[in-house]
Amino acid sequence: MSNTKIIPVGPYHPLQEEPELFKLYCEGEIVKDIKWETGYNHRGIEKLAESKTFDQVFFLVERICGICSTSHPFAFANAMEEIAGVDIPNRAKYIRSIIGELERIHSHLLWVGLAGHFLGYNTVFMWAWKYREPILDLFEMITGNRNSYAMFKVGGVRRDIPMALIPEVRKAMDGFKPKLDLLIGAVMDDPVIHARTKGVGVLTHQDIIQFAAVGPTARASGVDIDVRRDDPYAAYDMVDWKVIVTGEGDVFAKAYVRLLEMVESVSIIEQCLDGLEKEPEGDTEVKVKNIPEGMGTGRAEAPRGEVFHFVVTDGGYGPVRHKIRAPSYVNIATFKKSCIGQTISDATISLAAVDPCYCCTERMAVAVDQRTGNMLYSGEDLLKLSHMKTEEIRKKQ
Amino acid sequence: MAFKDFIFRKSLWLFHFGGASCNNCDIEILDCLTPRYDVERFGMLLVGSIRHADVLLVNGSINHKDKERLLELYRQAPKPILVVAIGACGCTGGIFAGGYPFAGPVDQIIPVDAYIPGCPPKPEAILSGIVQLIEKKKTEKAHA
Repeated sequence: MSNTKIIPVGPYHPLQEEPELFKLYCEGEIVKDIKWETGYNHRGIEKLAESKTFDQVFFLVERICGICSTSHPFAFANAMEEIAGVDIPNRAKYIRSIIGELERIHSHLLWVGLAGHFLGYNTVFMWAWKYREPILDLFEMITGNRNSYAMFKVGGVRRDIPMALIPEVRKAMDGFKPKLDLLIGAVMDDPVIHARTKGVGVLTHQDIIQFAAVGPTARASGVDIDVRRDDPYAAYDMVDWKVIVTGEGDVFAKAYVRLLEMVESVSIIEQCLDGLEKEPEGDTEVKVKNIPEGMGTGRAEAPRGEVFHFVVTDGGYGPVRHKIRAPSYVNIATFKKSCIGQTISDATISLAAVDPCYCCTERMAVAVDQRTGNMLYSGEDLLKLSHMKTEEIRKKQ
Repeated sequence: MAFKDFIFRKSLWLFHFGGASCNNCDIEILDCLTPRYDVERFGMLLVGSIRHADVLLVNGSINHKDKERLLELYRQAPKPILVVAIGACGCTGGIFAGGYPFAGPVDQIIPVDAYIPGCPPKPEAILSGIVQLIEKKKTEKAHA
């Protein structure tokens, strides 16, 4: 342990679902162990949910995570509808799916941008975030807010997508497709990105099973799971789409899965719009007066993986117990496997690949020599290390 | 104080502290940097260390674990520093105000110069809030 240096990364990362502190135990440049500490973002949501009515809980769970702010209401609505035993109208199903997929697009774009930033491709960062803006505009048009959409309620959706708005959504999707192709081309054909991400942060099929990882992290390692297909909810069994699975398990595979998922999302949205045109306008909810006593589980596929909600009701106005499991909770544990044995410059992108959304410039990341207490690396230095490696590879190409 | 006020007139450097938030404000702050809003044209830059910052942006409700760290950051900050509370949670605690980990809105922990409400505030609102803060500093100087 005498040569081991600790590099704390965190705890404040403006883009993460949960601010948390990672300690990288390094010997030379090789990461030997990793530990993490959470709790900076604890808000007591499960307890708060017990003090709110069912309608209010939607606004609360929406604010668990701002990036996947539809997945949690989605899962909660699924749980509540299981308890109440209601089947929502088709129009509401389509609208739910549209919102869910738009969210997936904006979340994956956000990730692609950040991954580019870590590799020293700030152009990719700026591009991806620029193309994300029309998606947010679409959200604002449909729901009235750029994030936190407040679209869900027990038995349906709060707002309809009027027929007049459908061509607008189609136009935005048509405008987005060439940009997505451009972005996919930029990532897939770039030899430097290949060199930086292939074989880095590999998670095998076995690792995923052991860590119970979910979402794109699992699908990039050949584990074929997707709640949208395995336990269909909303309109996902009424449209034609496929689950993107690849086997390599490295950072490149995770990028590949996310990029192609966006193509699928666009296709799902377009099919939902077709379905929406056939349904009568305004048929967006079933009135649910009383929620009976019971227990219900709801699952939804968030951009990062499976969201799971368990709700117990006693026939009153609010839940008596509300248990939530978010995807990052299990995915973060895979760092134990993906980062150990890597160089520090690769650790940054390996951590980011799971999409806890790492962003380096705004963070305090400092390496401290254990014996002397001298600071060795700041967050910017870490980023610089990563950028330097990219530069070297670029020169060799 | 004239010299210190002069510092605030141009090229504010921002340090961002995300408390126990839902991330929406964090994303919208980062969004300000990207091509559509491009906060850097005002000379503003997000910096990695509080010691380089002129403005401390705080968003999210503050829980007991964050509180100590926020106080420590404020202590380390070069004075004078402007503190901006962003979002409903930063201003009042928002939806999380009733929770057991809640340690008080930002202004009960450190002095706050500007509030930008919204859940989350749009990037335009964040820009407008900070620009208004600069304007306020300028007029204060004119009166002095």
